[in-house]
Order: sequence, then structure tokens, then C-alpha cells
Amino acid sequence: MTIVFDGLASGMLLFLISVGLSVTLGLMNFVNLAHGAFAMLGGYACVVFLSRFGLPFLLAAPLAAVVAAIAGVVLERTLYRRLYASSHLDQVLFSIGLIFMAISSAHYLFGAQQQPIFLPDFLRGQINLPGLDIGIYRLFLIAVGLSLAYGLQWMVSKTSFGAKLRAAVDNPRAARGLGINVDRIFTLTFALGSALAGLGGALGIEMLGLDPAFPVKYIVYFLIVVAVGGSGNIKGSLMASLMLGLFDVIGKYYLPQVGAFVIYAVMVVMLILKPQGLFGRMAAK
Amino acid sequence: MAKISIDLSPLQKASAWKPAEVVFWLLPVIAFFLFPKSLALLSQIAITALFALSLDLILGYAGIISLGHAAFFGLGAYAAGLLAKYGWGDPLLGLAGAAVLATAAGFISSFLVLRGSDLTRLMVTLGVSMMLYEAANKATDFTGGVDGLQGVEMKPLLGEFTFDLYGKTAYWYSLIVLFLMFWLARRLVQSPFGHSLRGIKQNVKRMPAIGTPVHGRLVAVYTIGAGYAGVAGALLTQTTQFVSLDVMSFSRSAELLLILVLGGTGSLYGALIGTAVFMAAQHYLSGINPQYWQFWLGAALVLIVLFARDGIMGFLNRLPALAAKKRGD
Amino acid sequence: MGLIKNLMLAAFAALALGAAQAAEPLKIGLVLTLSGPFAAYGKQVEHGIRLFLAKNGDTIAGRKVELVIKDDAPGTAGDVSKRLAQELVVKDNVDILAGFMLTPSAFAVAPVATEAKKPMIVMNAATSAITTKSNYIVRTSMTLPQITAPLATWAAKNGIKRVYTIVADYGPGHDAEGQFKKTFAAAGGEIVGEVRIPVARPDFAPYLQKVKDTKPDAVFIFVPAGEAGVAFMKGFQEKGLAQAGIKVIATGDLLDEDIIDSIGDSALGVISSFHYSEAHKSAENQAFTAAYAKAYPKDRPNFMAAAGFDGMHLIAEVLKKTGGSADADKFAEAAKGMKWESPRGPISIDPATRDIIQTVYIRKVTRVGGKLQNVEFDHLDNFKDPGKQ
Repeated sequence: MTIVFDGLASGMLLFLISVGLSVTLGLMNFVNLAHGAFAMLGGYACVVFLSRFGLPFLLAAPLAAVVAAIAGVVLERTLYRRLYASSHLDQVLFSIGLIFMAISSAHYLFGAQQQPIFLPDFLRGQINLPGLDIGIYRLFLIAVGLSLAYGLQWMVSKTSFGAKLRAAVDNPRAARGLGINVDRIFTLTFALGSALAGLGGALGIEMLGLDPAFPVKYIVYFLIVVAVGGSGNIKGSLMASLMLGLFDVIGKYYLPQVGAFVIYAVMVVMLILKPQGLFGRMAAK
Repeated sequence: MAKISIDLSPLQKASAWKPAEVVFWLLPVIAFFLFPKSLALLSQIAITALFALSLDLILGYAGIISLGHAAFFGLGAYAAGLLAKYGWGDPLLGLAGAAVLATAAGFISSFLVLRGSDLTRLMVTLGVSMMLYEAANKATDFTGGVDGLQGVEMKPLLGEFTFDLYGKTAYWYSLIVLFLMFWLARRLVQSPFGHSLRGIKQNVKRMPAIGTPVHGRLVAVYTIGAGYAGVAGALLTQTTQFVSLDVMSFSRSAELLLILVLGGTGSLYGALIGTAVFMAAQHYLSGINPQYWQFWLGAALVLIVLFARDGIMGFLNRLPALAAKKRGD
Repeated sequence: MGLIKNLMLAAFAALALGAAQAAEPLKIGLVLTLSGPFAAYGKQVEHGIRLFLAKNGDTIAGRKVELVIKDDAPGTAGDVSKRLAQELVVKDNVDILAGFMLTPSAFAVAPVATEAKKPMIVMNAATSAITTKSNYIVRTSMTLPQITAPLATWAAKNGIKRVYTIVADYGPGHDAEGQFKKTFAAAGGEIVGEVRIPVARPDFAPYLQKVKDTKPDAVFIFVPAGEAGVAFMKGFQEKGLAQAGIKVIATGDLLDEDIIDSIGDSALGVISSFHYSEAHKSAENQAFTAAYAKAYPKDRPNFMAAAGFDGMHLIAEVLKKTGGSADADKFAEAAKGMKWESPRGPISIDPATRDIIQTVYIRKVTRVGGKLQNVEFDHLDNFKDPGKQ
């Protein structure tokens, strides 16, 4: 039982760190490989808030998301928007360039070592039930992940912002014709994606660590989640993350010899069975 | 009704060697005399160029995007390394062995890879290569794992030229193999086969209508690309006499994609120029600023995307037009 | 007036130098990993080297030291390291090759040292076999079996009878596992479980759960230094294994000064074996750590910095012995059997293997003056690498 719980928590962590990419890649159709750089920014911001300013963790993490969102807006206004019409390969090249710059900057500012993070006491330790040990931080991650997933899904499908966004992505010209401010919608969405990345980064440090190599180290996992989940689909990303996390942890527990292969094997099999992802909303162009 | 005649002369003209190409291939020869002390770097540029060429064949010409191409590079590298370790140290034999293995692997995996959209392909190639990487990492007795494969003893090339410290043999060997493989690739892309690939890339749906077996063509080019990558890997093993696990890593695949996009996809010279520019820049920058050179590399990439969108080749191709425009003004 | 005086001084200096035999600068080519995931390694070694030069002056046996630094990121790619070493020899004409953070880098460069006849000082890479790959290799860091075996001996002697081993599933992990099992079994201990875990993105929860179910006396852990170690220690605490009476024993790289702060209080009480601790009590170390804190206030000295420091020390002493010559044969000969007091304690170069002989300490993580430190409480003197016996 504990293993299942750990698997779910591990999957939720995957969801938290990759949902931002699901927004930019899926909803805006921009291959933003620099997603991990925004997550890293959120992580460092969180560490700085915690250790330099002594803010409580529950305040520092959302603030980290705000910092990442601001950075997102600035970069979107100055750089990203010029590339919406470019090919995916150009976007890849561009965002890898950003990754390189982010890594070097983090290295320069914070040094190459791991950053320390200390959770408040109420998020540490575990609850022991018969046959089930619940790590409190893991439980916290699951709660945050679920509420985020629910909130995002609601926003995209039920609010007028969500409707405008979908319109703007599917057919920018027609959307403009309807009087939708497409530029603003895109900026806001990009900010949202960056904020989610920043939040994921802040919440992930405890389990993933934080050093300048972060954006590259976990890029593979972001991509796996988005690909398996189907781009542009919050529910898909959530299901994919949970499934991958479960398989990964259970595989590692029962078959440690092949533990490293599990996540890749699951992905390849999934993609062969369902090439558009679990809940593909649209084929990547 | 006008009479329809098909004039093939443009195609024939396109396949003739242009003076600019001859000049281009003289450059590495000149480089040998100009930079006799940097041959180690120059041979690795030649090897990476061959690797980039292999990706260009499948991405640039057939539009198959891959983020796991290092798998074939690595297979070739380990094949050549293991052959040499167990007594078959003849370089050409190693190349052949690596080519056969990588080609076979390419053929088998092509059936997995050629499904789905770009993103799916990207991730399946990535997944397959990561699994190979983990396998090589675990099999320490066989591959040396992360410590690297040792005991790679190369026999002199053609029984004559030993691999020396200055890298002369390594350089000429890599360069000649690169040229021959390039020549083959050039013939390939200008053959009807190559044209059908470009057709597939431009419009998958229409090609079957004119009788092209799309899937077969894609399998073929993917297999060939894998073989090319295997040869490049073998060259790296033979000229460094060492195989590190890194040859299969994600970063090598990603960097290769970067190089190719930088140079410009879909033109064989783009792959070569992209490699030379990227590696020279990397080498130069890391020399002057060993810790933070990546920043400048990243900045250069961002600027290139913003101002030279279709890669270096695209920029070069636009040069005559730009010049003409200027004269016109 | 001042100008003329300076000019005259310069002229005198030039004359004096011209008179000396070894007026040529001593060029040392450093192959370090300074960017990418292992950037912290190269940084520490470079700090150690620079501290030695700052302390003892940058002239060795009359030759001015010139460092030529190359970044071999990612550090795991032998082809990159080898190319850089070739270039250092061919283009930069260095006299000595030094650095080498990770094993593939050292393995790939060894043939270059042999062929070019250059001394090669290994300042970090820890696989046992490295020094056998060229007669010109001298190591000033450590070997993995060298720091692993004493821990097994200590554990068996101190009431730890049943051990569960967790190692990362890669070459060094396999080596550490093998050495620990061998020594521990020889000392009468029992391995009650062993697991090799994937290197990438380790979530220790499933393994720790297994350990908890097995109830050993201790867990032996070996993972690459960095976030894996942090994740393990945090998981260990979260799962409440300490409360279940299970101890952690590890090689000291898990807890080195560069990462111990990011582990935080979870590290308290962990027992490890290693050759260097910032808290080592000796005059040499006090001077070393004080100089380090002054020069690099943002960082803490760790074993890599000590190895860089000692590597330069070795070069300086050897060149004094050879009268300024860095000829590889002379260098290796002179280095054999050399003994000195390092910040880590007494060390020497094994005349038979050119590998390092040093005291290995058993330490416990304790809070000292507000800082987490590995405090040494037991030691095994002049311990040779058991991997080569």
C-alpha cells in the first residue's frame, strides 16, 4: 500500500514540474524546452525567499511562482512572441539557447553546489497507519497537484478566458476578428505556464534537488509526461504523470534490476499504442 | 494542347560538382597545414560532421525528427571498441562492423519509430536511446559502464599508419571517410530516391498517389542514417581509442540536433558547416572562459534564431539575393 | 625616478633569471570539469591548486608556474578530455598534465601521458585501476576501495552485524558494493540485502521501504555525490528508519562539505569513512581552511580542494628534487615514496603503484559551531588501496 501511495506522490511531482510545459507546448503550441529554466528560477527564488528573507515556505513557494511568471512575461514580450510563427525546430534551438544562458547565470550567481531547502516542521515526517506510511510532504504534493489540475481544467474549459485561449490558439486570425486580444491572451497564458513551472520548481527541490544543471537533468521527464499525456491536455498530463509515477516506483521496488528502464519502456509502449497521447486534443503540427 | 516534354537537364546540372563545392573540400586540406597543432579538434569536427550528416539524411531530407540518434552513434562506437578490444583492431574492419550493427539496429527500430506525429517520434527515439544508454551503463563487465571501455588497441590504418599523438592519421582518416560518405550521401539525395524523400517531407499524402511507397522509403532512409551514425561512432572510438558511456547520452543527441538546425537542415553542407561553426565556437569560448562559456553559446543561439532563422545555410543562400537587392537600390 | 628604479629592477631580475638554468616557465595543463553537472568538482580542485600557489608563491624550483586550464565538460566524455589533453601537449607545450575529475577522463588521457612522456597528476578520479594505465600517473586523491574497506572493518568491529547495501547502478557503485561485501564478510558480518538502484532520478522511498521491512543493523549507501545523496538522507529521515534503529553508514563523499549543508539536520549522526574532513584537527588543516575561507568565502573546502592542494604540493616537491626538471621518468621516480603532512593528515606516494597511501578516518556528523561537520573519532593509519592487492 505504501508503495502505491509513494508512486502516486512521485507521479504528482512529475505532474507539478511538467504541467507548465503542457500549457506552453500544448495550449500555445510552442516547444519551450526552456521550461526547466523557469522551474529552476522558481526553485532559486524559493531558496532565496526562505534563507535570505526568512519567509515561511507556504508563502515562498507561491512567490517563486510569481517571480517565474514575471520573468515569463518579460521574455514573452521581448523574445518569445517573435517566434510563435517559426518552425518547431527554430523554437527548439531558441529555447536551448535560453537554457544554456540560464544554466550559466545560475552557476555564476549561486555556484555549482546543491541548494539547501528546509521544510517547516508540519510538512515533515510521516503518518503511520497500519500497513500504510504516509509521508506528509508527499501528501501535500498530492493535494496541491490535484487542486491545480482541477483549477486549470476548469479554467481552460469553463471560463471565458479559457474559451478565448482555445480560440486564439486554434485560429488566431479568426479570434482577432472576434475582437479577442490575442497578444494579451498569449502573454497571460505564457505567464501562467511560467508560473506553474516556477511553482513546480519550488515544490520539487525537496525531492529533486536544485543545482544549475536542473533544466537539463529533468528535461526528459517533462517531455515524457507531455508526450504521453497528449499535448494541451491537463487531464491527460495528470493521468500520464500518475501512471508513470506508479509504474516507476512499483517497478523500482519489485524489479530494481530493470528499474531504470521502466519509465522509458512505459512511454514507448504508450506512444506506440496511442501515438497522439492519452487524451490528445490535437496532433502536434 | 502543348506538347509535354520533361527536361531533365536541371537535375543533371544540380548533380554536377560546383566550383564552390570544390573550394569547400579544399578547406580541410588547407586547415591541416594552417593548424597542425589542432588536429585533434579538427578530426572530432570531421567525425561530428559525419554524425550530423546522418541526422540530416533522416531529418532534413525525410522529415523524421529524432532525439535519440546518439543510440546508433553509440552502438557503432561500442562495436568498434569491442572488436578492437578482442583482437580485431583493424580500423576498416571496425568501421564495417559498426556500420553493419548500426544499420541493423536502425532497420529494426525504424518500425517503432516511424509511427505517429513529430512529438511522438521525438519521444520514441528518445526512449529507445535512453534504454540503450541504461543497458550500456549496467553492463559494466561488457562495456565498462560509466568508467568507459578500456583496452581498445587499434592496429595501424592499412597496416601502415599508426594513430599518433598529433592526430595526423586520425585527421586524414576521419576526413577521407567523411568525404566518401558525403559523396555517397550526395549521390543518394540527388537520385530519384532522394527526390521522393523530399516529396514525402513536403506532402506525405500526395506521394502514394504518384506511386511512391512512403513507408518503405522512410524505413530505408532511417536505416541508412543509422548506419552513417554508426560509422561516425566507430571513427570516434578508433581515433580516441576509448569509449565513454557519454556517446549514447541524451545530451549528445540534443547537441546534434542543435548543430543541424544551426547549420540548416535539408542541405548536406548545412550539416558540415553547422558542425564546424558550433564546435569551433564551443572550443574557442570554453578556452577563454572555462566556467561560463555556455552563456555566450546560448546567447549566440538565441541571436541566430532571431536574426538568421533558417540556419547558416539559409543565410548563405540568401546572400546573393541580398547583394543583388543592394545593387538594385 | 620611480620609473627608472623600476626599469633597473626589471633589468636585474631579467639578468638573474637569465643566469638561472630553469628560467623557462613551468606550464601545467589542467583538465578540469568546470561546467555542467560536475562543475563543482573542477571548482574545488582549482581552488586547492590556487591556494597552494598563493601560499607558497608561484615559482617552483626557479620556474614560474603557468596554469593552462581546460574545461572538459561534461567530464564523462573521454573523447573530449583526450582531445583537450592532446592539445595541451601539442599546442600549449605543457610540462605536466593534471586534474581529471572523473574516471573516464583519466582513463582516456592515460595513453597521451605515456606517449607524450608527461607526468600526469590525478587529482580526483577514484577508480582503483587508473594508476596502472600509465607509468607516469601519480594520484593525490583517493581510491574508492581505499575509503570503503575501512568502513566495513569498523562496522563489523562495532556491533553492526547485519547490513543492507544500496548502491547506484553504475561502475563506481558496483566497485563500492564489491569491496564492502568482501571486507565485511571477511570481518564476520552478514549482508542481509542488496540493491542496485538506477542513477537517474532516484526516488529512494521504495528502497527504503524494503530496507525498513528487512530491519538490518545498518544501511551502507553509495550514490554519486549531489542530489542523490541529499534525496537519500531526506528519505531516510522521512521514512523514520533511524527511529526503527537502523543506522546509515556511507563513504564520505555522500557527506562532503560541499553538499552537507543541503542535506541539513537529516545528516546528523551519520557515520562515514573518508580521508578528509574540514574539521580535521591539525595545524596544516587549520591554515588550509583559514586560507580557503578567506579566498573563497562562499564555499567550504572539501576533499577535492585538498587533493588539488596536495597535487600542487607534490609537483613542487618533486621539482625541487629533480632540480626543476619535469621529465616524466624522473618525475615519477622522484614522486615514489614521497611523504608529507597534508591538510588531511600524513600522506605518501606508494613506491610500487604511484598511488596514494593515507590515513582513513571514521567520522560522525556533528554540529560544530553552527556548521555541520564530519568529526573524526577513529582512524586507520597509512592505508593502501586494497583494490590493487
